[in-house]
Amino acid sequence: MTIRQVKRAHVMTIVAAAALTLAACGGGQNNTAVQGSGEPLSGPVVLDGSSTVEPLSAAAAELFMGENSGVNVTVGTSGTGGGFKKFCAGETDISDASRAIKDEEKKLCTEKNINFTELQIANDALTVVVNKGNTWIDCLSVVQLKKIWEPDSTVTNWNQVDPSFPDVPLGLYGAGADSGTFDYFTGAINGKEGASRKDYNPTEDDNITVQGVAGAKGALGYFGFSYYEENAAKLKALKIDNGKGCVEPSVKGAQDGTYSPLARPLFIYPSDAALKKPQVERFVEFYLEKNDDIVKAARFVPLTEEQKTKAKDALTVLKAKAGK
Amino acid sequence: MTTATLTLDHGLRKGRRGTLGPSVFAFVLWACLALICAFLFFLLAVIVQKGIARFDLDLVTNQPSKIRPETAGVASALYGTLWVSALTAFIALPLGIAAAVYLEEYAQQNHWWNRMIELNIQNLAAVPTVIYGILVLAFVVRAPLSIGAVVLAGGIALALLILPVVIITTREALRAVPEEIRSGSLALGATLWQTTWRQVLPAAVPGIATGSILALSRAIGEAAPLILVGATTFVTFNPDGVLSRYTTLPVQIFNLVPQDRQEFRDLAYAAILLLILVLLAMNALAIWLRNRYQRRW
Repeated sequence: MTIRQVKRAHVMTIVAAAALTLAACGGGQNNTAVQGSGEPLSGPVVLDGSSTVEPLSAAAAELFMGENSGVNVTVGTSGTGGGFKKFCAGETDISDASRAIKDEEKKLCTEKNINFTELQIANDALTVVVNKGNTWIDCLSVVQLKKIWEPDSTVTNWNQVDPSFPDVPLGLYGAGADSGTFDYFTGAINGKEGASRKDYNPTEDDNITVQGVAGAKGALGYFGFSYYEENAAKLKALKIDNGKGCVEPSVKGAQDGTYSPLARPLFIYPSDAALKKPQVERFVEFYLEKNDDIVKAARFVPLTEEQKTKAKDALTVLKAKAGK
Repeated sequence: MTTATLTLDHGLRKGRRGTLGPSVFAFVLWACLALICAFLFFLLAVIVQKGIARFDLDLVTNQPSKIRPETAGVASALYGTLWVSALTAFIALPLGIAAAVYLEEYAQQNHWWNRMIELNIQNLAAVPTVIYGILVLAFVVRAPLSIGAVVLAGGIALALLILPVVIITTREALRAVPEEIRSGSLALGATLWQTTWRQVLPAAVPGIATGSILALSRAIGEAAPLILVGATTFVTFNPDGVLSRYTTLPVQIFNLVPQDRQEFRDLAYAAILLLILVLLAMNALAIWLRNRYQRRW
C-alpha cells in the first residue's frame, strides 16, 4: 500500500512538474522596451488574407515591431476571399488582398457595419512561365492564353495553340481556386473571375508549379513576379502580347501597367473601427511611409511616386476620420 | 532408437503438408517490416540531411522573420506548441479519465444509453480532425463563446480531438487490472469509490499515462484543426497566456514549405526535425513511465 502510494505521488509530481514547466515557458519573452517618442504603443494588430501579400505584410510587421516592441502584429494566410470573410465578421483589423474587394464582399461588410479603406501597397506582375527547354515561344498573346485556359478548352498539345508549334503535350499548372491570384488571372485572361478550365494542376504552393514546369518540356504555369525572380534560373518567363506587341514581365512594366493585362496592384484594407486603435493606425501609417524598405525586404515591386501620393492622401483622410 | 525418432519427426513434418508455407509467411512478414523501416529511414534521412544545416540555437531562440531568413527561427511556434499541448492535457486528461472510469467501473452495461455512449465514443475517434476545428470555430471562437482565435481555442479543439482516444486507452488500462483486486477490496468492506480510487486507478496509472501521452503526441502533430481556430501564420511573439494569439510548429512548417526562398525551405526541414524530436521525447517519456510503474500479476 505505502509503496504504491509513494509511486502514485511520484507520477502526480512528474505530471504536475511537466505542466508547470510548460506553463512557465513562453511568458516573459515579450520585451516591452520603450522606444521612440511619446506614448509607447501596445496591443494587437491582426492581419489576414492573401498568401501573396503575406510576405509583404509580415516584413512590414517585423520592421514595425522592431520600433514598437509592445505591439503584437500577426499575419494569417486564409487567402484573399477567406481573409475578407474574417474581416467582414470583425475578426481582423486589416485584410490583405491580391485583388480589389468584390461587390458581394462589400455587401457582407456593410451588413456587419464594417467600413474600410482600400490602400495599394505594392505592384505585382503575374508571370507566365514555361520550361527552359521550350524553344518555340518567347511570347504568347492574350488570345492564345485564353485559348489554353478558357473553361471549355480542349487544348492538350502545343500544336493546337498554334499550328506552327511542335507536337508537344501541354501540362498546366495554376493557382488554386481560393486565391486572389486565380481570380485575377482568370479575370484578366478569360474575362470572368473564377472562369477557368478545371483539368490543370491547381496549387497554393508555387514551388509545385516551379518543379512541375521545370520538369516537363511542354509545361506552362503562372505565379507572382517575385516568385519568378527567385526561380529565374530554372524557368523561362514569357512575354505577353495584349494587342500592343510583346511585353516582358518587369518591375517597370508592373508599375506603369504596360505589362497588360497581368500587372496587378496589391492591397491592404484597414477597417475604420480598427484605425481608431492607435497601434493599428500607426502600423498602417508605417506601412506606407516605409513602403520602400518593406517592399525591398520582401522583394516585391514597389509603388510609383504617383501611387504613393495617392495612398498617402487616402491615409490623411483616414487620420482625419480617426480623429487625429 | 535415433533412427526411429528421426523418422517420426520427418513423418510429423510431412503430416503438416509441406514446410514452404511457414517460411514464406515469415518472409512476407519480414519484408513488410523492412519496407516500413526503409520508408521511415528514408524519410528521416532526407529530413536530417536537409534540416541539419539550420538545426541550431537560432531555430529555438529566434522568432520567425521574412527579412533575415538565414537566422530566422520558430520560437513562437515551439512555445505555442508547448502551450497548446499543455492546455490540451489539462482539459482532456481529467475529462477523459473520469469518463472512462464511469464507463468501466460504474456504468451498467445492460442499459442501452451506456452502450450508445460507447458506440459514439468509438465513432468520434474516427472523425476527421478538421471537423473538430470547424466545431470549435463555430461555437468557441465565434459566438456564443466568442473567445477569439487564441491559445485556449486551440487547446479546446485538440482536447476534443484526443478525448475519444484518452477514453478508449484509459478503459483498456482499467480493464487490465485483475478483477480479483476489485473483489478483494470490496470483500474487505471498501466502497466502490474507495476501491476505484485507491486500488484500481493507481494500478492502471502506467497504462493511462502511456495512452494519454501517445494521444497528446498525436495532437501535437496536428495542423488542420488549428489553422481553423486561429493558429496564425506569422507570429513573432511567444504566447503569454491562454488568451494570447499563437502559432504552432505544424502550422509554421505548413507555411514555410511553399515560400519562395530556399532559406525558408531549409528552415522548414529544421522545424520538422524539431517537431520529430519533441514527439520522440514524449514517446520516450511514455515508455519510461510504463516501464517504471508497470506491475504484473
